[in-house]
Amino acid sequence: MAVIVKHNLILRVVAKFIIPLIFLFALYVQFHGDFGPGGGFQAGVIFSAAIILYALVFGADKAKRVITPYVLRLLASLGVLIYAGTGVATIVLGGNFLEYGVLASSQVAGQHLGILVIELGVGITVMSVMLIIFFAFAERGQAVLSSNAESEQE
Amino acid sequence: MDMILGHYNYWMVIIIMMAGFYTVISRGNLVKKIVGLNIFQVSVFLLYISIGNVKGGATPIIEKGVDLYSNPLPHVLILTAIVVGVATTALGLALVVRIKEAYGTIEEDDIHNQDQSL
Amino acid sequence: MIENHLSLLLVALPLLAAPIVAVLPNGRLPWALSTLVSWSVCYLAAWQLINVSSGQVISYELGGWAPPWGIEYRIDAANALVALIVSGIAALTLPYALKSVIKEIPHQQHALFYAAFMLCLTGLLGIAQTGDIFNLFVFLEISSLSSYALISLGKQRQALTAAYQYLIMGTIGATFFIIGVGLLYAMTGTLNMADLAQRLPELYEHRTIHTAFAFIMVGFALKLALFPLHLWLPNAYTYAPTVVTIFLAATATKVAVYVMLRMVFTVFGFSFIENTPTDELFLLLCVTAILSMSFYAIYQKDSKRLLAYSSVAQIAYMMLGIGLGSVLGVTATLVHLFNHALMKGALFMAIGALIYRVGSSRLEHFSGLGKQMPWTFAAIVIGGLSLIGVPGTAGFISKWYLVLAAIEQQHWLIVGVILMGSLLAVAYVWKIIEVLYFNATDEREQQNTAVKEAPLMMLIPMWVLVLANIYFGFNTELTVGTAEQAVKLLMPGAN
Repeated sequence: MAVIVKHNLILRVVAKFIIPLIFLFALYVQFHGDFGPGGGFQAGVIFSAAIILYALVFGADKAKRVITPYVLRLLASLGVLIYAGTGVATIVLGGNFLEYGVLASSQVAGQHLGILVIELGVGITVMSVMLIIFFAFAERGQAVLSSNAESEQE
Repeated sequence: MDMILGHYNYWMVIIIMMAGFYTVISRGNLVKKIVGLNIFQVSVFLLYISIGNVKGGATPIIEKGVDLYSNPLPHVLILTAIVVGVATTALGLALVVRIKEAYGTIEEDDIHNQDQSL
Repeated sequence: MIENHLSLLLVALPLLAAPIVAVLPNGRLPWALSTLVSWSVCYLAAWQLINVSSGQVISYELGGWAPPWGIEYRIDAANALVALIVSGIAALTLPYALKSVIKEIPHQQHALFYAAFMLCLTGLLGIAQTGDIFNLFVFLEISSLSSYALISLGKQRQALTAAYQYLIMGTIGATFFIIGVGLLYAMTGTLNMADLAQRLPELYEHRTIHTAFAFIMVGFALKLALFPLHLWLPNAYTYAPTVVTIFLAATATKVAVYVMLRMVFTVFGFSFIENTPTDELFLLLCVTAILSMSFYAIYQKDSKRLLAYSSVAQIAYMMLGIGLGSVLGVTATLVHLFNHALMKGALFMAIGALIYRVGSSRLEHFSGLGKQMPWTFAAIVIGGLSLIGVPGTAGFISKWYLVLAAIEQQHWLIVGVILMGSLLAVAYVWKIIEVLYFNATDEREQQNTAVKEAPLMMLIPMWVLVLANIYFGFNTELTVGTAEQAVKLLMPGAN
């Protein structure tokens, strides 16, 4: 496997060039979501696409060194906690669940802040869950591949 | 003629819906069933997007000089349904992988022959 | 402050707990936190029921957006009753779960198991609380996806195929439901149930509304395992881990029945249903289901599968009440919804205790256990009596109301079928009891003599449910009283 990967020079160079751009675009979609099309779902998927591209070109093991499965599980939980936590914060501040208006001094500023934080939570969770799904399937595939290779050698 | 062309997208919804539903019911291969389920769900996405369109309406982003917008709500709703669909597909495929490991096959008939459980 | 946000906290607490549980280290910590959360949720649900018990309706606006634009949680007696059942069963199942889960689920999956359990609870409570029809779909999928995952954790490999089968059928059901919701939205432009109820009557003749109704009914008939769309249920209940079976059998189908009630009576209105063949169809299907599924139950060799078929028959009793469409009928539906959760919870817990000791759910492996495990055996006897509907148990109350409802409309055939169903229930309950107590000569009994009574952590929740079965057989204030309040709001025109 490792030998095959080394030969894909063009892929590796292009991937290295394009991955930062994908990250940048994901962040744009994430933080521009309250003014134009975009938001946490889309940004999370784009963000995870960059890492999945890295995993496809350089191997899942290397990608796992960048972001370990345990960290992914923590991040997935963190995103949901940010979402629900914002809801609880608005209750504590005297509003209803997810009533963003009470988060800042004015109604409009509160709405902006609220949706930004919520979408950040969504983005983090979507990103990590997509990666968890990807790694879960990639791992299984490798396990089967290696067991097949062993049985062929026999 | 207007009945067909005027409601072009709804006809498409029906065709895709039936194609997907038929695949789910008729195929014995577990992966194909999930593919069928996906096609079935996609038809619902199309249905919602069609509902949201307002004749002559612009993209629902506030702009000067535009006062007729398409309804963005169905799109938001269907975004949720798409996410649910992704989760369902992932879970379904994960189950298929586990079934393959447990039974050595993903054909419904073979699994049924092994222990009468599907 | 908590009182103003009660209806929301019921859903938000388990939602907050799920991600925390998921990252806790495996061991007792995830279990302890889930149990704590389920108890507080149960407390909140009881509080909420007291608040609405005299006929008030609580409305909670999410995000401060006024309905019908924003999502509204609209709580009346029917919601509060269902929320109490769901949270109460969860609060009893979780203490029971500790030992059973250690035995049935691999250690490294414990944290994730409890996280999925919390998500399932979130979804079911959300369905009960919400007044927004699309929000309902989202909660439905949260509960369904987590329950597919929970079912697939069963020990035998059939658990995987059962979960897959449920996933396919459940997703078709849910997708049918959103097709219906989409058509309703296209016609009315609203997703709020109360608002829909106001806008629909002028559109009753419209074909799109009839199509939407058909999609929603079929979708939820799949979800609540209405005969003949019940095929996923026996496998799912049989192969799921014991704890999951207890929880799903006592709550998931009940919540689906509640949604059916909401759709039929609040959203569409019974005057709409009466002009369609739906109510007759419900009666026909339910009558067939009660007879055929009870027969099926008698011939099962697996205890969990036997109770699963009995569940399909019992669900038909609930739908019978909706089909009759009278005040008494709907009261019977709501009361049976509550009582059936109690008896199936108790029975599955008792069977679970047997499985915990023997390691198998097949009836033949239970020979002679009645003498070794007297408390568990007594729980099965009382739970079984309640399932049959013997006076003095909760099951009697709900069947009594159902028979009254049928007599009121002079459906003598249905009265006969209900009584026949009870006789068949005697047969299948006897089958379990016979194996447990009277098959003493069997050689298996020799192996089973060393078996000890179930641990106290399992006996206590089991007996709480058993005693509840007796208590609600005598004191019907909570069940029938609340159900009558709920029916007043569901059917404003009647009485």
